[in-house]
Amino acid sequence: MTTDVIAQDSHDEHHDDHKMTGIKRWLYTTNHKDIGTLYLWFAFIMFLTGGALAMVIRAELFQPGLQIVEPDFFNQLTTVHGLVMVFGAIMPAFTGFANWMLPMMLGAPDMALPRMNNWSFWILPFAFAILLGSFFMESGAPNFGWTFYAPLSTTYSNGSTAFFVFAVHIMGISSIMGAINIVVTIMNMRAPGMTYMKMPLFVWTFFITAYLLIAVMPVLAGVVTMLLTDTYFGTSFFDAAGGGDPVMFQHIFWFFGHPEVYIMILPAFGIISTTIPAFSRKRLFGYSSMVYATSSIALLSFIVWAHHMFTTGMPLFGELFFMYCTMLIAVPTGVKVFNWVATMWRGSLTFETPMLFSIAFVILFTIGGFSGLMLAMTPVDFQYHDTYFVVAHFHYVLVTGSLFSLYAGAYFWLPKWTGHMYNDTLSKWHFWCSLISVNLLFFPMHFLGLAGMPRRIPDYALQFADFNKWVSIGGFAFGLSQLIFLAVVIKCIRGGEKAPAKPWDGAIGLEWTVASPAPYHTFSTPPPQQDIDNADQHEH
Amino acid sequence: MSTNNDIANPNKDTSTGIQSNNRTVKKLLLVVVAMFGFGFALVPLYDVFCDITGLNGKTNDSAAIYENGGIDKSRTVKVQFITRNAKGIPWKFEPVINEINVHPGEMKLVSFYAKNKAEHAIIGQAVPSVSPGLAANYFHKIECFCFTQQPLAAGKDVEMSLQFYVDLELPTDINTLTLSYTLYDITEKSS
Repeated sequence: MTTDVIAQDSHDEHHDDHKMTGIKRWLYTTNHKDIGTLYLWFAFIMFLTGGALAMVIRAELFQPGLQIVEPDFFNQLTTVHGLVMVFGAIMPAFTGFANWMLPMMLGAPDMALPRMNNWSFWILPFAFAILLGSFFMESGAPNFGWTFYAPLSTTYSNGSTAFFVFAVHIMGISSIMGAINIVVTIMNMRAPGMTYMKMPLFVWTFFITAYLLIAVMPVLAGVVTMLLTDTYFGTSFFDAAGGGDPVMFQHIFWFFGHPEVYIMILPAFGIISTTIPAFSRKRLFGYSSMVYATSSIALLSFIVWAHHMFTTGMPLFGELFFMYCTMLIAVPTGVKVFNWVATMWRGSLTFETPMLFSIAFVILFTIGGFSGLMLAMTPVDFQYHDTYFVVAHFHYVLVTGSLFSLYAGAYFWLPKWTGHMYNDTLSKWHFWCSLISVNLLFFPMHFLGLAGMPRRIPDYALQFADFNKWVSIGGFAFGLSQLIFLAVVIKCIRGGEKAPAKPWDGAIGLEWTVASPAPYHTFSTPPPQQDIDNADQHEH
Repeated sequence: MSTNNDIANPNKDTSTGIQSNNRTVKKLLLVVVAMFGFGFALVPLYDVFCDITGLNGKTNDSAAIYENGGIDKSRTVKVQFITRNAKGIPWKFEPVINEINVHPGEMKLVSFYAKNKAEHAIIGQAVPSVSPGLAANYFHKIECFCFTQQPLAAGKDVEMSLQFYVDLELPTDINTLTLSYTLYDITEKSS
């Protein structure tokens, strides 16, 4: 430890830019660990912001009738909640993980493009300042849903379209820069001896996700640009009066939107494929099949977009095509779930907090996957479309899926990041409170949806009152439970039991060969081949 | 820059490391630009795709020529007419008859009534759509008020005609066609 610190100090003196203090250190930093930290904190702040919006939504829906907010403001809440959670919380959190972990897992000293890395983070706060700032403007915030369907966002816009479009442009540029950096890092910065098939699965999932981002974020930029010109410059891309077609908006949007949902879940698969083997004290079952399954999901994600649009009046062959392609995705996803279960099979399992979140992920994500299969069936989708069943579905995959994987990863690597063990009791409270409340929050939504409660409506029929009350109580409890996590993280940064270099005896990976907390610069010299071979996730 | 590069690439000879980084970045940027273009290319692609398949129910936007291939009296197809006003156009706009039975190949003339209830002149444009979408390619308009703009002075009304026939090749599983007109106010756009 001591020698490490001294080595680090003397190393630092060679690089003046790292001796800056205060705000400048964070503004000018090109260090992947600093930028990872920035991303993670930003994502957590956005998560609390989006969560606060959701709390108002649930307060309004606590009982039938209009209590707290006007319908138009309710629409703004649902819209901005969705945008903040997708683009502000989940995606930057994964980018934060990528920044922190990829160089350490690859045995590289930093990301390949450190300067661009700094930019890709620091433009994000501006994007969200614009988006959230529109709440305080005369027009109000975007109120057309996070999917911003034309003509809701063009002809019927409340005037927030320009702010929305610019915010999305900036988020898109940030994501593209982040993704390019990830691809270049993985392709060019691997330690000598680390072949593609020796990379941890975590790295693979981010590699594939980055390609998805590079492919579809420009399409998103294109579609919001069309929206902008339709609204303000008299074009008619989506305006039937001028020869356009509003349904085309949905095609282009979902061509981006469906790969986007895998952008938010593939990295989660990577985290879970790291934590489950560690606490099962076994190698990952079927490493290669995991790589191929991830790639197949990514490829299939490009040909299923119209399953979001079954009710737009598509011809039968279109509905059949998109239905079967969508169901096909269940095959590689099933491969993954079975591999995780097989990894645990006959393992020496222990249930530390990261493992608890991982197991909850596997079970609850699978529930979300099953409701996705139900939605994939065209005939029944006509009933489920735009109901709370859809809301239940995507919250199971995004909250108990993506978010739970982020928590699993955060608890797993907190000792590496901070040098301290987190408070175990508090973290268990966080897990159990979250687990119970999240199911109280989202499970009844399935039944509300099946019974016909529409989404994005501030009021509802009386027969939905009881379930909505329970859902709201679950919502408030889940929201409060997340503050426990904040407390755990702050306590962990401030102090706590000293973490050894490798606090989890079953963990493998190059990141555990460096001290805890990870020194400011790691792998200035590449790791020895022996370490790389030890980090190989293949079964032996 | 040089300090960054030193720590960025100790694993390789520095200059080749940066060269290969730059090469990769350039390739990826090319993909980004291409995909941005692809987003816009989807617009004409979608139109062509819909033209061929009739996916989105768009009908012909210029006059079709009647092909006299006979009349198939063995089949009767019901054609329904519905109208809708887009936001902000104060016209009364409705079909004179709501539905009509036709035999494939048979020419029919129907009319629509429009009245400008505003106190100023408005130019209207009706945009047609056929449901089911796949029937759009089998519905031929020989003459339609939707081919042109409709200027109406304040308080004036007009009866507008539509002449059409249903193709003999209309798939046999389609027995009802719905023709929907949405009326838009294009006064600003056309001035």
